[in-house]
Amino acid sequence: MNPRRIAADFGVFARGYVRNRVGLFFALAFPVIIILLFGAIYTTAGSSTAPVVVQDLDPGGASSQQFLAILNASHDLSLSFVNASVGNLSSYLTSRGLTAGLVIPANFSARIAANQSAGVVVYTDPGQASVAGTVQGVVSASLVELNLERTHTPSLAYPIARNVGSPIFTDIDYLVPGLIGFTILTSPMFAMVELTATYRKEKLFRQLSLTPLTRGEWLSSKILWYVVLTLISAALMVSVGDLLFSAHARLSWGMLPFLVLGTFLFVSLGMLSGSVTRTPETAAVVGNAITFPMMFLSGTFFPVQEFSPALQAVAKVLPLYYVIDGLNSVMLFNDPTRALTDALVVLGISLVFFLAALRAFRWRDE
Amino acid sequence: MPRAVEVRGLVKEYGALRAVNGIDFDVEAGSVFAFLGPNGAGKTTTVEVLEGLRRATAGSVSVLGLDPWSQGSELHRRIGVIPQEFRFFEKITPGEAVAYYAALFDRPTLVDAVLERVVLLDKKNDRFENLSGGQKQKLGLALALVSEPELLFLDEPTTGLDPHARRSIWEVIRALRREGRTIFLTTHYLEEAQLLADRVAIIDHGRILTSGTADSIIAEFGRPDRLRLDGPPELAEALRRTTGRPVRYDRGRVEVEVGGREEFVRLLSAAEASGLPWSNVTTVRDSLEDVFVRLVGSMDEGEVRAAALPSGAGGGR
Ligand SMILES: Nc1ncnc2c1ncn2[C@@H]1O[C@H](COP(=O)(O)OP(=O)(O)OP(=O)(O)O)[C@@H](O)[C@H]1O
Ligand SMILES: [Mg+2]
Repeated sequence: MNPRRIAADFGVFARGYVRNRVGLFFALAFPVIIILLFGAIYTTAGSSTAPVVVQDLDPGGASSQQFLAILNASHDLSLSFVNASVGNLSSYLTSRGLTAGLVIPANFSARIAANQSAGVVVYTDPGQASVAGTVQGVVSASLVELNLERTHTPSLAYPIARNVGSPIFTDIDYLVPGLIGFTILTSPMFAMVELTATYRKEKLFRQLSLTPLTRGEWLSSKILWYVVLTLISAALMVSVGDLLFSAHARLSWGMLPFLVLGTFLFVSLGMLSGSVTRTPETAAVVGNAITFPMMFLSGTFFPVQEFSPALQAVAKVLPLYYVIDGLNSVMLFNDPTRALTDALVVLGISLVFFLAALRAFRWRDE
Repeated sequence: MPRAVEVRGLVKEYGALRAVNGIDFDVEAGSVFAFLGPNGAGKTTTVEVLEGLRRATAGSVSVLGLDPWSQGSELHRRIGVIPQEFRFFEKITPGEAVAYYAALFDRPTLVDAVLERVVLLDKKNDRFENLSGGQKQKLGLALALVSEPELLFLDEPTTGLDPHARRSIWEVIRALRREGRTIFLTTHYLEEAQLLADRVAIIDHGRILTSGTADSIIAEFGRPDRLRLDGPPELAEALRRTTGRPVRYDRGRVEVEVGGREEFVRLLSAAEASGLPWSNVTTVRDSLEDVFVRLVGSMDEGEVRAAALPSGAGGGR
């Protein structure tokens, strides 16, 4: 491995890539478009009625009954009920990935009847601004109505706004790391399969074999280039997710190992698929056969924890699962131990594929 | 002189097809060697074996003292190659391509000087995809020169070039030879081989029909030299009578075969003695092309070629 030659090859490859407008568009704009698309789908789906978990600690109380009736009549919230046994509602919401809830205190009806003020706790997630707004607005309006109907004292029953204890993740949050994983998979896989076919057809591998450039150096420069592309598109996707959909995923240094190793893995796998096949057509078929199942089953578009146990088991043998799980661990859960395990798995698989690709790929024919 | 290339009994098969069928030849260091042959003769196949791009099926090959297949990476630092159809990265310019090769070979190359040398400097900043066929070929030559190779393999370097561009490539080849480099050239252009090559081998159907200097091949396989003069049909008749040699007449042109130099003088005296008008005396000699067409043609017609095969390259197919 000679860094000077890797740099020279990187320079030539990068220039060629950047000058190919269509390729560049697909590498950078495509993931952003997907985020916009899925973001739009998820937000539209969630905006019809906001799901709210109600913990009524004053069951059967006159005022609490009436309050719930008013809430229900608004049709803007879809209520589900839990009782006192679930304990602290905030932790309940967090553990279930829910974004809104309210607690009616035990002495609610008694205090209103005694003309004493009583607060209803409203949990919302500031990250989900529109849901939070709807919930707070509807709850406040319902309390005002209750006051007017029961006591004619406007502020007897009042809302206490609380944020949910820790960030709560929705599909849009999982979407950002998932789609970064999607890009790490598809962009190098498709490109390398294509590249091997064209280079073989145009006899460019032979041309290069007549220079001191080695196969390892050539492959390394491709990996480097796709790492650069991945870094740029990951930054773009996180920014778009944050700005437009208030997704929770944040840029962090912890992403780096996954961006780098994940790209390393799929450039190698793409090269391997392109090399073991004889014709460009079979290479494309093999490439798709590897890419598509992995694309849907590794947590790209939907979180793996929502899968059935059988599908979850399948996901766990797919290399992309560990890339996305790792990204989730650093971008959402802040779980370094899990991230480290994932990183080691990705590193191991990458090395295997890299060495296999180097063995399978020939500059020249026999 | 030491040998740059030594080939003995080389055979290369593609599946059932025997593209090269047991050939032997040597290329002396510092010389220009031309491989002539019709389409599909096995030229490119041979060259690719010599370059280490294909493995020989049988026989032994030594290039600069190395085995091209197993010692390829060492060999590739010392040779330059233009493949038959040179392709490069579509979006890259000749200037960038030369700089890239200079970096790969770790040569402090002056990009402009190399492009100047192959007369491509004006296209330095054009993308490869926008170059003409001839310009692409010139870039191939430029890249082959970056590493200052001892030995160059040029597979049809001038095919598709206009006469001007072809001559500029010839100039480069001559200059390379003057610098002491060895050049292995394949071509369809007989004129090119005759002008540039110290030695020529004619190959067809994977066998070498003959090899040697262009002159020796012409002397061996060409028809005798001829004297040509303009005159009436009676002149042809008179010459046939007085010399007893074959004479042809065609539209005011008389052509007589001559054995040696002294016969030219006798012929001209006979023409003068006939009292008939004559003018425009020229001598005609078979070109390599004439010989090539006859040799390759006779093979294709399936004639017995035993006579055409020098010892060592002979044998049935
Ligand atoms: N990769 C290959 N696989 C199978 N057959 C091949 C291959 N390359 C060449 N051949 C066959 O080998 C024979 C010799 O081909 P080669 O390319 O060496 O000829 P050539 O003398 O260079 O011809 P040309 O003047 O057209 O370039 C031809 O019959 C050709 O069809
Ligand atoms: Mg050829």
